[in-house]
Amino acid sequence: MTLTKIDQLVDARGLACPMPIVKAAQAMKGLASGQVLEVLATDAGAVRDFQAWSRSTGNLLIEMTEEAGTYRFLLQRK
Amino acid sequence: MEEPLNLVLFSGTDDKLNAAAVLTAGAAALGRPVNVFLQYWALDAFRADRIDADHGLAPESGTAGRVAVDALRAAGQASWAETMRQAKELGGVDIEACSLSMDLLHLDQADLDPLVDGVEGVTAFYLNAGAGPVVFI
Repeated sequence: MTLTKIDQLVDARGLACPMPIVKAAQAMKGLASGQVLEVLATDAGAVRDFQAWSRSTGNLLIEMTEEAGTYRFLLQRK
Repeated sequence: MEEPLNLVLFSGTDDKLNAAAVLTAGAAALGRPVNVFLQYWALDAFRADRIDADHGLAPESGTAGRVAVDALRAAGQASWAETMRQAKELGGVDIEACSLSMDLLHLDQADLDPLVDGVEGVTAFYLNAGAGPVVFI
């Protein structure tokens, strides 16, 4: 478990590609620089997608964990 | 990726429109502008009174393809129209109807779903496309 403060949660569990990224991008627009977004997803493709999205947008992927089929991504707004 | 992604949509089947919507949403999520140009049967699918109807699948899908597509929708996958709406919410997505196809199908912009931003000719489309790729679906 991490002690990072979460500023917003996006629950994308059950959503198929590209919705987890789309929902995350929408939420990220509303955050200020430095704030942290938590995304939950069950889509296995989300792992590579969020790594790529982080690299492309500059929003830092702080942490990525998986538990019982649910992936948890912590992303920091650049 | 500042160069826009430019998609020319010709096919009006749900599978190809869904593929187009995924490409659009993915680009929009990366902050890349997307220009969509609706021609022929894709334009027809964006009619306000038809957009949520069943537009069928490409012949290559077969029976197994129909089953697979239905299963994904039943599992909660968004329709291509909804994916397009979500993509537009991110900004940078412009959807235009081809004026020639509007004439072909005897349509006015009022007949089209609000997803469609306007009507333009191919020249305007190319101008907006800039140096970005043009993809035909």
